[in-house]
Amino acid sequence: MDTLYKVRMTDVHKAFGKKVVLDGVNLDVKKGESLVIIGGSGTGKSVTIKCIQGLLTPDSGSITVDGREIVGLSEREMEKINAQTGMLFQGAALFDSLNIWENVAFGLIQGKKLKRADAKEIAIEKLKQVGLSPDVAVLYPDELSGGMKKRVGLARAIASNPELIFFDEPTTGLDPIMSDVINDLIRSCVSDLGSTSITITHDMSSVRKIADTVAMLYKGKIIWHGSVKDIDDSGNPYVDQFINGRADGPIQMEIRG
Amino acid sequence: MNIFAPVGRVFIAFLESTGRLARFTLKTVSHCFRPPFYFRALAGQMIEIGFYSLPVVALTTMFSGMVIALQSYSGLSTLSSEGVVASVVELTITRELGPVMAALMVAGRVGAAMAAELGTMRVTEQIDALTTLSTNPFKYLIVPRVLAGVLMLPVLVLIGDIIGIYGGWLICVYKLDFNGTNFLRNVWNFMQAIDIYSGMTKAAVFGFIVTLLGCYNGYHSRGGAEGVGAATTNAVVASSILILISNYWLTELFFAK
Repeated sequence: MDTLYKVRMTDVHKAFGKKVVLDGVNLDVKKGESLVIIGGSGTGKSVTIKCIQGLLTPDSGSITVDGREIVGLSEREMEKINAQTGMLFQGAALFDSLNIWENVAFGLIQGKKLKRADAKEIAIEKLKQVGLSPDVAVLYPDELSGGMKKRVGLARAIASNPELIFFDEPTTGLDPIMSDVINDLIRSCVSDLGSTSITITHDMSSVRKIADTVAMLYKGKIIWHGSVKDIDDSGNPYVDQFINGRADGPIQMEIRG
Repeated sequence: MNIFAPVGRVFIAFLESTGRLARFTLKTVSHCFRPPFYFRALAGQMIEIGFYSLPVVALTTMFSGMVIALQSYSGLSTLSSEGVVASVVELTITRELGPVMAALMVAGRVGAAMAAELGTMRVTEQIDALTTLSTNPFKYLIVPRVLAGVLMLPVLVLIGDIIGIYGGWLICVYKLDFNGTNFLRNVWNFMQAIDIYSGMTKAAVFGFIVTLLGCYNGYHSRGGAEGVGAATTNAVVASSILILISNYWLTELFFAK
């Protein structure tokens, strides 16, 4: 049993038809660490975290969460593991048929079988933690701005005090100031809970703010993995090109006709 | 050789989608019998399908009953028998038109709405969000809808039968100057138990088809707004065709000698 690592991916492959997305991903995430996965669009960042959550099944390879193999696990067992995780989706993915507090409390009511009144109390507490007033609790998702939706999504992700949290492009579509606010919230929420987090993004300011370690995904492989402190002198031309946002370099954008 | 490639491709695509639908059906049915059950969601869907479909079902069955009375009188008046019109109305409404009309209306109203709702939830990642909140989307979204369809469509058909026969009665009494009491007595004497329960069995099957295809198309929709639109169209067209085809075979099953 491995207690040092929260998540270990070993030689994970995943293809959709002929398109190979993950081509032997090896990635270790230590407990309590904040890992950020960077990489261009379509390099398999989302597929990587969907594999860890059991939303997609890898074609081959092994993924362990808390030392437990999750590839090939039954739906019911996977639900138990997911009960210990939270996720902030790119578009927040709030349930539009439920109001804000019901959204935040969803995992507590449906997953952990809490009473509605108790769950509501926790939901309002979590909303406060992400800087939203209790008045927001009775509104519906379509009444909120993009930044507020992200905050609600964050509150929902942390509502059940998960040990492992995923953030899928948390700052995409937000203005720079709101991005910074969300980054700060992510940082503080994760350190309050003492959770492990895996973030995918291509926003470099986010990386510098959130990350302890950074992994870069390119053509289905992890090509660099190290501390965020070393990212500026990684000595890796791919990483250099990406973090400085240059069009020319070893990474050539594939333009399909 | 080139002629065979596209034919083969279409055939393989057909087998693929048939297999996927079969797996989806089995998964849905098996989840119907495994806890947790979401009774709140089931009640909501039963109201949506059973109660809110009443006006359209009432209107269509009523006019069906009216037109059958009128048509059978004009076609059969040489026999000059009031009893014939009453029995034709009773037979066609309870055995065929009641279930088929109600199912087609529910397909247009409820099947389309389910495909659009689940499709939107799919493309905005709300279905993935359910999984990450350790709630099984089959149990939470699909089972309540399919069960509500199977339970409520027979009820709708029973009500539709009464209203359809009432439509026939209206025409007979106010247009054809028949005796209303005789009409009802003829209907009652002619009616057999199998008329009613065959119609209600059909309704349960149609309810399953409509809700299952609505959920299936929504759950598997891809590619944004366009994909959701296609899912909605497919749900209505496929379920309408399947209703009419299975109606024939159910009639054969019940009445062929």
